[in-house]
Amino acid sequence: MPETDRITLQVARYRPEQETEPTWQSYEVPLRKEWTVLDGLNHIKDHLDGTLSYRWSCRMGICGSCGMTVNGEPQLTCSAFLTDSAPGPVRVEPLANFPVVRDLVVELGDFMNKLTEVKPWIIRAEDKPLDEGEFLQTPEEMDAYKQYSMCINCMLCYAACPVYALDPDFVGPAAIALAQRYNLDSRDEGAADRRDVLSSAAGVWACTLVGECTTACPKGVDPAGAIQRYKLTAATRSLKDLLWPWGQR
Amino acid sequence: MSRTPASRRPGPAGGSGPAPYRKPVPTFWWLRRRAYLVFVLRELSGVFIAWFVVFLLLMAGAIAEGSGEYERFQDWSGQWWVVLLNVIALLFVLLHTLTWFGLAPRAMAVRLRGRRVRPGPIVATHYLLWALLTAAVAWLILKG
Ligand code: SF4
Ligand code: FES
Repeated sequence: MPETDRITLQVARYRPEQETEPTWQSYEVPLRKEWTVLDGLNHIKDHLDGTLSYRWSCRMGICGSCGMTVNGEPQLTCSAFLTDSAPGPVRVEPLANFPVVRDLVVELGDFMNKLTEVKPWIIRAEDKPLDEGEFLQTPEEMDAYKQYSMCINCMLCYAACPVYALDPDFVGPAAIALAQRYNLDSRDEGAADRRDVLSSAAGVWACTLVGECTTACPKGVDPAGAIQRYKLTAATRSLKDLLWPWGQR
Repeated sequence: MSRTPASRRPGPAGGSGPAPYRKPVPTFWWLRRRAYLVFVLRELSGVFIAWFVVFLLLMAGAIAEGSGEYERFQDWSGQWWVVLLNVIALLFVLLHTLTWFGLAPRAMAVRLRGRRVRPGPIVATHYLLWALLTAAVAWLILKG
């Protein structure tokens, strides 16, 4: 590909001190076969316009901070190649369904609050003394939750979810998948502690299985599957409580 | 469990600095993607499921009332608009059922001999059960 090839990035700008809603700004960047949308943005930042704001870190699909809307789809900009959008223009917007702080930077406070509500850590009824050693786990036991542990909190699933767009109280795909990551861990005993939030109206029952979260997920987490599985768990649990109210919670 | 609605919770910015921009949800957001459209249609299908239940209850009521009432019910349900309504309702009920069955393998993580069962057999089992139940009901009704 000749070095002279170029592609236009149409970037959503929002500078709250000077405008009340986002506007578009176009930049021309070199079109190189190994360049991603993030490389294009970095080129803009370094050579064309230092005022452009966006988040990124690892450039390898691990940190989950570079999620944006590329040509209308929620994507990790570090794995969306410019050549896939050639001849362009490439439209780059902030992630949908989150408040925009500036340019391509969104506010994730809502997710962070929800994440703590589902207690994404190993809960034990009684802590084991350190000198008793580590908790052992068989490969099968690890298999039961490994998929959900791959989540990188990139928020593409929230951006793809129309339920979250319409009902911001929805706990949402990644938080539920991460709750399941611990619920299904053989070392964890906290499923009952997570139950109230997960089986509330804003929890799994708000989900109507659009399935777009799973389509958007760059890590194969399948949050939609995690939610449906928990629906089954919650329903079975309620049924048991109804039939056997004396049973152990 | 009380939770502050997300929309009213302060973000980490804590109210200092200019307000972040919130994009309004467009009225026709559900036309933007096939998956969104299917989702809205499936939500809508609930109405038709309810209609089928009402229709069934009306029919059962008419049968209980005796043959005269049942004939009147048949005449009523033979009208073109009732038939049309029922055909549309059937399509929605099918959409509802098929998507529900398609979902089953994602909700059920069935393990057999230590391996997770693949989606195919789980879906097939659902259809098989459906067919068996239908056959049982048909046998019950037709035999009488
Ligand atoms: S579930 Fe997938 S899309 Fe959602 S935050 Fe985790 S990695 Fe991203
Ligand atoms: S920069 Fe880390 S995931 Fe893209």
